[in-house]
Amino acid sequence: MAETAYWEAIQRAHDEEMANDPMVIAMGEDIGVVGGTYKATFGLYEKYGEERVIDTPISENSYTGIGIGASMIGVRPIIEIMSINFALLALDTLINAAAKIRYMSGGRVHCPIVMRTPGGTAHQLAAQHSARLARMFMSTSGLRVVTPRSPLDAYGMLKSAVRCNDPVIIIEHERMYNMKEDIPDKEFFRPLEGAEIVRKGTDITLIGYNYSVHLCLEAAKRLESDGVSAEVLDLRSLKPLDRESIRRSVEKTHRFLIAEEDEAAVGVGSEIMAVVTEDCFYALDAQPVRIHAADVPVPFNRELEKAAIPDVDDVYQGALKVMGKI
Amino acid sequence: MKASDQKRLLREMIFYRRFEDRTFEAYMERKVGGFLHLYSGQEAVATGVLEMARPGSDYVITGYRDHVHALKAGAPAKEIMAELYGKETGSSKGRGGSMHIFDPTVNFMGGYALVGQPFPLAAGLAKGIKMKGTDQIAICFLGDGANNQGTFHETLNMASVWKLPVLFVCENNLYAIGTAIDRSTAVRDQYKRVAAYNIPASQHDGQDIDIVMEAAKKAVDHVRNGNGPYFLELMTYRNRGHSMSDAKGYRTREEEAEWAKRDPILIYSERLKKAGTISDEDIKTWEKEIDKEIEDDIVKFAEESPEPKVEDLGKYVLDDNPDPRWIGPLQS
Ligand SMILES: Cc1ncc(C[n+]2csc(CCOP(=O)(O)OP(=O)(O)O)c2C)c(N)n1
Ligand SMILES: [Mg+2]
Repeated sequence: MAETAYWEAIQRAHDEEMANDPMVIAMGEDIGVVGGTYKATFGLYEKYGEERVIDTPISENSYTGIGIGASMIGVRPIIEIMSINFALLALDTLINAAAKIRYMSGGRVHCPIVMRTPGGTAHQLAAQHSARLARMFMSTSGLRVVTPRSPLDAYGMLKSAVRCNDPVIIIEHERMYNMKEDIPDKEFFRPLEGAEIVRKGTDITLIGYNYSVHLCLEAAKRLESDGVSAEVLDLRSLKPLDRESIRRSVEKTHRFLIAEEDEAAVGVGSEIMAVVTEDCFYALDAQPVRIHAADVPVPFNRELEKAAIPDVDDVYQGALKVMGKI
Repeated sequence: MKASDQKRLLREMIFYRRFEDRTFEAYMERKVGGFLHLYSGQEAVATGVLEMARPGSDYVITGYRDHVHALKAGAPAKEIMAELYGKETGSSKGRGGSMHIFDPTVNFMGGYALVGQPFPLAAGLAKGIKMKGTDQIAICFLGDGANNQGTFHETLNMASVWKLPVLFVCENNLYAIGTAIDRSTAVRDQYKRVAAYNIPASQHDGQDIDIVMEAAKKAVDHVRNGNGPYFLELMTYRNRGHSMSDAKGYRTREEEAEWAKRDPILIYSERLKKAGTISDEDIKTWEKEIDKEIEDDIVKFAEESPEPKVEDLGKYVLDDNPDPRWIGPLQS
């Protein structure tokens, strides 16, 4: 076991996968000589050289497309997009090509790419650097979308994503890169599918993904003093969604809340609401609540930004509401 | 070139023309649905360029006007026709249709509907080749209209910086659907736009297969010898409309008549006749043989093939047999 930061976990996964398979490459802006905006590829340029750790020009759509084309004949590219906002530039190759090539070819060609990108608000980066957008990828057939909440998953899911034969989008978060956790020294993998109960409880299920899992965990601690036992469920994979685990938890607690940093409309939370309604509506003892961002472009001003984005208190208050305590 | 090869090439082009004509009929009979973009008039380009490459080994990728590129790469005509019919036996098991022919067994890596999207995919194939260290090349065929996409500029830039073994073939047929090139594009000569990316480029007559082959040989050799990309612009013209619903109101009948004199099959058959390599009789015989093959073999196969099963709707979205070590699900 060694205490490892989220960024270090990603770096280690890259390193091991590149050592394991000469067809694994990394590509993105400033990932080589600089070692990555968040150091996710630190030191790998020196180790694997410029053919495998590729500093790309600022051409998101086409370097993603180059990764996709290479993946069609056996290369395993890990493509870094500096911020999820910039991934919008790559949607044509990602959604119109990578997500559809297996299907359009009747399963004869596939695109095992990994795209990693941080989505979320950091500290006052304003509207054009604070998008979350998980919902957009989640609604695309042919993609896998995962949201590792911790160094353990960041490492283990990236390794699985590299080996999996589907295009996988890994959504990270700028505020998680320095989070630390003990992870085993020995190589391991974490599966791409399956939600995870990260705290057991009996009275309410707090559902989160990506950064919002941490808000849920903090809120659950506070709820203890109100005599509420909260279960926290990390979705981990948004596509495919683990409906079974959601149902099981809600059937146990009979109440739930879904917390996310994104805006509400047509979002992950809406989907969870729909899934619960379809799968276990009669298990519910109270109206559920969605905790989400305000319906505004993310503001620059510190106080406005805080007001736009949910925090622990929002999740806590939301849970009390579901519990009928306010 | 040997007379037997010249004859084969002419016969191939006649085959492609008649194959496309037959798909048109099937479309009119409503046996083929969706969009159908025919290659008639441009045959010398795909035929000539790929003749100078290694079909089946070099990777080929193109847009939606893809039947002939796939055929010349070596994809079975039966399977292409069956794909147009949406059948399970089609090149893409009926999931792709006319615009999305795939045959990885001959390294034909697909037809794509998004104008300009194959540029980066082709460069990616070239990156894969480079990593494997083989002497294959990737060949990307696209229209003049595609050069107004960002992917053209982005990809040419990267392909040049990274010296990727990719040949870009621009089939300049002077129109993007109904928009004439002079109305949409600041520079009519597409090869001139490539100078900005430090990639050698040249422009040639795309209607004369001898000229195409001579130019393609140089281009292919350049790429195969490790010199990085090449951009080959071939001036051509499509005989038919852009797709099936096109009255061609945007171009004059005079212009069409001028280009009809420069039909690639006409040019080449006249040349071979003059040289005494073939006779009118030969052509008539071929046409009969070809029509028979298309009818008895290709169309029959497509018509008699089964439809995909509706139960299989959800197949091929993701890996249908994933390794549980990577996929899970996580037991919690
Ligand atoms: C991204 C995108 N925009 C628009 C279209 C619609 N469209 C299909 S073909 C075409 C014209 C393309 O012209 P060109 O590249 O010259 O190829 P040609 O059809 O002449 O072979 C257009 C605009 C599309 N398929 N994809
Ligand atoms: Mg054109």
